[in-house]
Amino acid sequence: MSRRISYFEASARARVATLADERSFTEFCPPAQRRTSPHLARLDAPVAFDDGVVVGSATVAGRPVLIAAQEGKFNGGAVGEVHGAKIRGLLERAAREKPAAVLLLVDSGGVRLHEANAGLIAISEIMRALMAAQAAGVPVFALIGGSCGAFGGMGIVTRLCDEVIMSEEGRLGLSGPEVIETVKGVGEFDSRDRSLVWRVTGGKLRRALGEATRLVDDDAAAFRAAAVAALANHRNAPGDLASLKAAQAALTERRAAHPDTRDGLEVWRAIGLPQPEAVPMLAADTFNQQLAQLATEA
Amino acid sequence: MSDARLFDALFGAGNHEVVIDGHFVAGPARLGGTPVAVIGSWDAAAVDGDLALAIAGEILRVVEADTGTTARPIVFIADTQGQALSRREELLGLNGCFAHVARCVDLARRAGHTTLTLIHGEAVSGGFLAFGMLADRIIALPDAQVRVMDLRAMSRVTKIELERLQTLAKASPVFAPGADNYWRMGAVSTLWDRADGHWPAMLAAELAEARKVAGQDVRARTGAERGGRKLAAAVAAEVAGG
Repeated sequence: MSRRISYFEASARARVATLADERSFTEFCPPAQRRTSPHLARLDAPVAFDDGVVVGSATVAGRPVLIAAQEGKFNGGAVGEVHGAKIRGLLERAAREKPAAVLLLVDSGGVRLHEANAGLIAISEIMRALMAAQAAGVPVFALIGGSCGAFGGMGIVTRLCDEVIMSEEGRLGLSGPEVIETVKGVGEFDSRDRSLVWRVTGGKLRRALGEATRLVDDDAAAFRAAAVAALANHRNAPGDLASLKAAQAALTERRAAHPDTRDGLEVWRAIGLPQPEAVPMLAADTFNQQLAQLATEA
Repeated sequence: MSDARLFDALFGAGNHEVVIDGHFVAGPARLGGTPVAVIGSWDAAAVDGDLALAIAGEILRVVEADTGTTARPIVFIADTQGQALSRREELLGLNGCFAHVARCVDLARRAGHTTLTLIHGEAVSGGFLAFGMLADRIIALPDAQVRVMDLRAMSRVTKIELERLQTLAKASPVFAPGADNYWRMGAVSTLWDRADGHWPAMLAAELAEARKVAGQDVRARTGAERGGRKLAAAVAAEVAGG
């Protein structure tokens, strides 16, 4: 019997190791290449030999994939020039090699402020490369369950993906609670109210809104199982005029359906979950069953 | 500063019907004999879900209207202080609205629309990422401000002293605000100087350049040529292989 590995606590390399088939991972631009950030070095800030992201190829349940895993413990998984270029290059490789999927193990606060301009441009390059890979027929999945979540530009990148696999502990948004609190005040968003933060950005709210496609418990094996399931049966990103018009209508409808909502609790109540207050404590399976039940009734 | 005379300067008075509606601008225009569509944000917009959906909806309208005929060039106007900051927008998934806008720009590109962005006023962070930065070519108009965050805020977050950042900013385009830094890094294609002449002809020339690179992302290569971003193109190519 194997010990349960917390995805939240695991490093980027440990996540890759539990996700990929044994001994199938080959890293591109590995630490031995010493592709460190010259911009961090210039500020006398610590550098990492992989610049905080691991990229490579592997198989998952025997199917070829390309993987990028951000290391949240290095500068909050933030995207700089080298870090961003590695992810962009991986997506370009995908468009050419056409693997079964690209897996983005997102754990990032967004743009790395020490190299802000390079990071912002890199995110935009990742967005274009991701959509080009999708247009070439390669699905891209995001997996979110780390301590930095998926914020800033990486929050936008995540929502371009064909599948978004999350745990409740993972968080997905654009501006982090600390940023909103700093600019708009604690009355707008109290970043220290941890349960509120999870009700506004956490995996269960994202799953209830249909943004996360699969919700799993904080268990590396559960993330792998969800990735295997997604490889077998994934949702395709809308790409043509008709599907984008439908997405436009759905996003407009959502804003109308939740006119004054500022707390996930109100969303769970509005969609008819039996015990909205109890949602944060539910195991992923129970929550998924309740959502499935609502969908059947609708 | 958002001055409606911008559109007269770009297209000539009487050659456009651009409507300014709060923080949203859109409308048809003619550049010489060529019809173009203008879409964008206005007056330092904090881009929220409603504005993102207005921009996305207009892109879809233009793509649909041009189906089966010549795809008009789309000129984006970027004038944004960044994304709207609110708990409600976060809860409703503002990042998803921005991703939707990005998909609409991508659809327009694949449908044959040449895309070009004019930075008017300021272009900041998330509000700029959603649409303006995805165009094939980006022009900074005179006095345009481009940044992620100002140096004072950056100093607070990175815990690096402001004076140190100011000194480093003089030597490095990597984190200092400024359209010229984005030019050096390859993200801004051209800086228009106020003294320069005839805007309609300049815009037509920029659209011709944009058409040449449609569907390619040449920014990392340009950034390397201009010396502002020395590693992006090389590292991406190393990982891309082939």
